[in-house]
Amino acid sequence: MSQAFPGPYGGPVTGHVPVLRLGEVLLVTLQGDLHDSTAQQLQQDLAETISRSGATGVIIDISGVEIVDSFLGRVLAEIAGQTELLAARTVVVGMRPAVAITLVELGLSLPGVHTALSTEVAMELLTQHAPSSRYGGLRQESP
Amino acid sequence: MPEEAEGTAGSPTHEVRDFLRRRREQIAQRWADEALFRAVFTVSRDEAVEAGKAVVDGLAQVADAQRVEDPDAAGFTSVREQLARMGAARSRAGLSTAQVSSELAALRPPVENLLLADLPDASPEEARACVTTLSVLMGTLRVVVMQTALSEGQALIDRQRLQLLEVATPVIKLWDGIVAVPLIGTLDSARSQVVMETLLESIVEQQARYAILDITGVPTVDSLVAQHLMKTVAAARLMGAECIVSGIRPAIAQTMVHLGLDLGTVVTRASLADALGYVLHQLGVGIVNPVVNGPVTR
Repeated sequence: MSQAFPGPYGGPVTGHVPVLRLGEVLLVTLQGDLHDSTAQQLQQDLAETISRSGATGVIIDISGVEIVDSFLGRVLAEIAGQTELLAARTVVVGMRPAVAITLVELGLSLPGVHTALSTEVAMELLTQHAPSSRYGGLRQESP
Repeated sequence: MPEEAEGTAGSPTHEVRDFLRRRREQIAQRWADEALFRAVFTVSRDEAVEAGKAVVDGLAQVADAQRVEDPDAAGFTSVREQLARMGAARSRAGLSTAQVSSELAALRPPVENLLLADLPDASPEEARACVTTLSVLMGTLRVVVMQTALSEGQALIDRQRLQLLEVATPVIKLWDGIVAVPLIGTLDSARSQVVMETLLESIVEQQARYAILDITGVPTVDSLVAQHLMKTVAAARLMGAECIVSGIRPAIAQTMVHLGLDLGTVVTRASLADALGYVLHQLGVGIVNPVVNGPVTR
């Protein structure tokens, strides 16, 4: 079902965050502290992967992240912005209370970023509202 | 007696120390009859005598160290707990600080009488010096008891303040995936912080997709409190939950508009019931009235 999406040079490369593909959704799980360069690399990888695979949704699971600084906060917002331009939606999942409080105190409320409590809810969110295929056009969803 | 070298057997403090050690039993017996000891140690008189002996020992130790005027003297440490118990017991019985203090003052005359009886052949100056030293020592004891009782009271207040913070912010599970915090009383910065933290923690715990902040019981909202509410709503959104504010009083709504606060991004409802109705609707849950068997409209 799921497979590690290969890096630009074939196999997975160190310094890259693995991007898993689940149907039309890309799943990224961040663990521990993220280097600024890794975060930027992820941003680049995601943009390329979306345009190549035609994914309609991106789930970024940050439940394993203890510290989100202003830089990572901005990267998340930028990822959301760029995926929106590539016709996909980004959902940030599993933010810890302490992280949420810190981000709000920093004044980063990440407007435009969708959030969910768990990956399960995020999948639901993405499959419910997204058009079944991005080539299929908009389909009327019954509530 | 300035010419007398300190530490010799003849100095008044050592005179008092020797007297305390010699008459330990009698002092404790007389104290046991005083109102303070009788009221605190109600189980048996022996208990009161034992407590009295411990206090006399402590006083003798303080006199031995030549620190009769020092409430921090080492001799008081051993009896501090006992003194605190006595002071606390009397305050709990409803006595004012002044009353406790006068009860403590009543401990002095019996000891003084014993001391005077012990010095029949001493010169008036020597006797006066000894009595003065004893008075100072008893005065210090009084200070120590009052100090200890006050610090006990402070500790109690601190504990209660903490408990109040916890009690005042109950997070209630209203439905699967819906939690609510009914806020009652004045919100200050510290309390808002506690509210925010407990609400976010319970969102994770209950996997709640909706959180209702009910401020029906909050009498006034200033700009700081409103800012905290906004922060809580934003933080909940970042975690993937939607926050609804309910129960804003008309006067508060007016104040908020006057202050120019914009709650535009926040979902608000008039009452907790309305908020619950809104959330249930969002979740696609309907409630059926069993009597008329029709859906309850809200």
